[in-house]
Amino acid sequence: MPGLGTSFGRGGATTFQQDLQNADCIVIQGSNMAECHPVGFQWVMEAKRRGAKIIHVDPRFTRTSAVADVHVPLRAGSDIVFLGALVNHVLQNELDFREYVVAYTNASAILRDDYADPEDLDGLFSGFDKDNRTYDHTTWAYEDAEAAAAAGDRQDHPGDDHPGDHGGEQHGETARSESYGSGGATMRAKPHHDPTLQHPRCVYQVLKRHFARYTPELVQDVCGVPPELFAEVADAVTRNSGRERTTAFCYAVGWTQHTVGAQYIRTASILQSLLGNIGRPGGGILALRGHASIQGSTDIPTLFNILPGYIPMPHAEKHLDLDRFVAEDSGKTGFWGNMRAYTVSLLKAYWGEHATATNDYCFDYLPRITGNHGTYDTVMRQIKGECKGYFVVGENPAVGSANAKMQRLGMANLDWLVVRDFQLIESATFWKDGPEIETGELTTEEIATEVFFLPAAAHTEKDGSFTNTQRLLQWHHKAVEPPGEARSELWFYYHLGKIIREKLAGSTDVRDRPLLDLAWDYGEEGPLAEPSADLVLAEINGSGPDGPLSSYTELKDDGSTSSGCWIYCGVRAEGVNQAARRKPGKEQTWVAPEWGWAWPANRRILYNRASADPDGNPWSERKRYVWWDAEEEKWTGADVPDFEPTKRPDYEPPVDARAQDGIGGAEPFIMQTDGRAWLFAPAGLADGPMPTHYEPFESPVDNALYGQRENPTREAYDRPDNRYNPAGSDVFPFVFTTYRLTEHHTAGGMSRTLPYLSELQPEFFCEVSPALAEQRGLEHMGWATIVSARTAIEARVLVTERMKPLRVRGRIIHQVGLPYHWGPNGLSTGDAANELLSVVLDPNVHIQEAKAATCDIRPGRRPRGPGLLTFMDDYRRRAGVPEEGP
Amino acid sequence: MGARQWFLGWPVVRQATGPDKLGRGAAVQSQRSAALTPRTSTADKVVKSVCPYCAVGCGQQVFVKDGEVTQIEGDPNSPISRGRLCPKGSASKQLVTSPSRISEVLYRRPHGTDWERLPLDKAMDMIADRVIKTRREVWQDTNDDGCTLRRTMGIASLGGATLDNEENYLMKKLYTALGAVQIENQARI
Ligand code: SF4
Repeated sequence: MPGLGTSFGRGGATTFQQDLQNADCIVIQGSNMAECHPVGFQWVMEAKRRGAKIIHVDPRFTRTSAVADVHVPLRAGSDIVFLGALVNHVLQNELDFREYVVAYTNASAILRDDYADPEDLDGLFSGFDKDNRTYDHTTWAYEDAEAAAAAGDRQDHPGDDHPGDHGGEQHGETARSESYGSGGATMRAKPHHDPTLQHPRCVYQVLKRHFARYTPELVQDVCGVPPELFAEVADAVTRNSGRERTTAFCYAVGWTQHTVGAQYIRTASILQSLLGNIGRPGGGILALRGHASIQGSTDIPTLFNILPGYIPMPHAEKHLDLDRFVAEDSGKTGFWGNMRAYTVSLLKAYWGEHATATNDYCFDYLPRITGNHGTYDTVMRQIKGECKGYFVVGENPAVGSANAKMQRLGMANLDWLVVRDFQLIESATFWKDGPEIETGELTTEEIATEVFFLPAAAHTEKDGSFTNTQRLLQWHHKAVEPPGEARSELWFYYHLGKIIREKLAGSTDVRDRPLLDLAWDYGEEGPLAEPSADLVLAEINGSGPDGPLSSYTELKDDGSTSSGCWIYCGVRAEGVNQAARRKPGKEQTWVAPEWGWAWPANRRILYNRASADPDGNPWSERKRYVWWDAEEEKWTGADVPDFEPTKRPDYEPPVDARAQDGIGGAEPFIMQTDGRAWLFAPAGLADGPMPTHYEPFESPVDNALYGQRENPTREAYDRPDNRYNPAGSDVFPFVFTTYRLTEHHTAGGMSRTLPYLSELQPEFFCEVSPALAEQRGLEHMGWATIVSARTAIEARVLVTERMKPLRVRGRIIHQVGLPYHWGPNGLSTGDAANELLSVVLDPNVHIQEAKAATCDIRPGRRPRGPGLLTFMDDYRRRAGVPEEGP
Repeated sequence: MGARQWFLGWPVVRQATGPDKLGRGAAVQSQRSAALTPRTSTADKVVKSVCPYCAVGCGQQVFVKDGEVTQIEGDPNSPISRGRLCPKGSASKQLVTSPSRISEVLYRRPHGTDWERLPLDKAMDMIADRVIKTRREVWQDTNDDGCTLRRTMGIASLGGATLDNEENYLMKKLYTALGAVQIENQARI
């Protein structure tokens, strides 16, 4: 979540779903909330009932559009132009919330004189290194203040065990960006300010120049949105922002799954900051997540580049010891300045009494990263034969990942594979009935992969917590025992660790020390010897000399405290499981602080200090939330203040203050080194300090703004198993976009096996406009074959007016909509839309571009068996896609 | 039953003459439906839970009888969902009680053409052996410059976004101690 993290300091939703009811205007973009987050959508409808204006910006007309006041159909992949034009509208007409902007954002900060904008460099920011496709961020810094630890700072040495085949095409930087999940990027010093915002090099003026060409005319040209419709949105958003009113933004994967995804969110962050909508009721940016605990699995990551609480994984070249590790990553000011305390407490949670001051708290036990070790790089390593063992746990990459065939080829080349799921998903059976068996590319007998399928326990069969989209931890209780040999992941990993430790007991090999010294005692309950989830939560929360800790502010860097995830410290305050609190909503205020527990410190709206003016008074009665109580000398209000409780609004930090003491009393963004929301991000992002429009990697048109067509720092892997459609190809003239339906869940592993859901959505289909249907001879309810350079899939045709052809760059662009839930197994079956997608990644978080790519569509079913291969050879030849070589 | 009672017992007459004018309650009740009780009222216990699908995080009540899940409904106390569930949340009883759910360990040997049965403890032991072996074979102590790596690039993991925080915690902790760094889920947004 570097888009939010670098803007505000934390990568989570800035607000909570129920708070949407307080909004005066809600913009839903990059999300079909009514269908994908239906129950959360009731709060949008609640706002509408109270008079709010609801705007839906999306390529497709969906059930969200149906109940919105305005639907803006725009071309998939053009959102930055639309949002950038809103920013430009605000700046040109001086509609920003000026007092908020001057006090709470970095608008007044002065930049260096050698910074150059894409407007000057035809689409590149200053500092671009053409050979490695990376940026040197030096020139993006504030004047006299140099930035540290930006996303792109840890570049690899060329060829450093990178699985790709052509070093020049990749830059393999680590996804440092995720460590902005909590704590913004580091600046070494605070900037100079010009509060009049007139200095030609202040952020406000730089921003204004940067977005000057993002006009309604450009929106029409690039997004296909008519100027009247744009004006209606611009008017609604600006009228409903300011002292008395607030506007909220909701987004989902429609924004993130792009080669410029983080920058989409940055653009909305800039707009919301200019309008003064962050940290205030009815405002904010709500990231809508697709999995029950997707926020939790980032906070306590099953990710390669971070440790719990967004502490980065140490990098081999830079983090030789604990001192260098924390020196690099902790800012001088802001709460991230306590990085050493958070890290030492984590090491204590991992290695208990073995972690001592004399051995650097076992810092050396941590494995090091050297580049991008994300899932797509892992797959390429599997295909190369370097990665031999694979655990697939509650996911289904054989149909759920972009270029699904690559995933299967990777799995077919392993020594061993462990799949843990409820049902026999495609990832468990690829060796038997995968598409490559049908085409003859693979034969079962030749696949050497040893496969273990272990049945998993369901949420009703285990205790534990999920963290939902609003950072809220909610505990679920075990209701029944799991059937047969089904077990929880907690059981599996605990016992696997225990067995490995037993087998290695007595080993003198130093590499086994981290395993043997591990603190690994979680009790064993009942006949199944289930470890206690509550004990694990207690370790996550942390403890000190006096027992359980209640707040991360209690963490120490001297080894006297331990905490497995510092941002979750407090979830077991007083030794009580706060995530299990269930005081009925009706018996509480609308904020419902006693239902579950939200990180950090049970705060429901982040940066809520900004709901008061610099003096600490509410901006308005109507938008009162958290304020300074001068009599009591403390912050108070409807929520837990996201601020030190007794720091006076007029507190001025001394010059040499560090950590939170360096944050002034009127600086609400306490995780940022300068306490402010970043309109311009001098550090933290790989692809630019400000968002700028690039076309999707596979786009039918040129870039209207620059000669630089696509994101210059995207990660592309042009290889025989991941061919790209040539830009502007006549063979692949249409745009397709993938999305979800209400009745299914991600790759379908948890929904295609259910009779109710399979009956509601029985079959894979594609959505096309009547015009496209006519042009291609597609029949409603008939079959269509959809083709990209990767492969061809078939789907039932749904001809609908809801798909709108758009006029873009002087030509009509047709879009094809594809829900991506299907695969060959289960009750409801069909081809997987992910077969069509290529692996091309955002440089900040390495997420695939799934929302905009090109394709062809034709009537009829796809060829079966080896016929599919000849069919594809023909397509690739006609499109000029190379057959051999990289 | 007399003719008069018989006539007055007609649903349409009851609807016309009684308080249930829309025919949604008492007017249309039959002897059979009067004797029915909802599964929820006969449950041995009701357990508080959370929907396992999307990140809205709707509250669920799990009804249990004789050690089996008999129904899953929305929790009216939840300030987020206020008792509602969408089609997925409402169908989650089928997720946990599905007849096609696998409850035994299955094993496919290298080059094998079909599944075989394997006891759970045997499978755990075999997996532990494979982890140890791969880790030994594919290990990096340092890079070319002598910097510590202390890792194995031979083992990878995918998953976590559908799991509990506590499970993600143990996964990351164990993998880190093993030196396995290629850990991923679908949270890259
Ligand atoms: S019931 Fe529907 S909206 Fe609620 S958490 Fe489950 S999937 Fe999401």
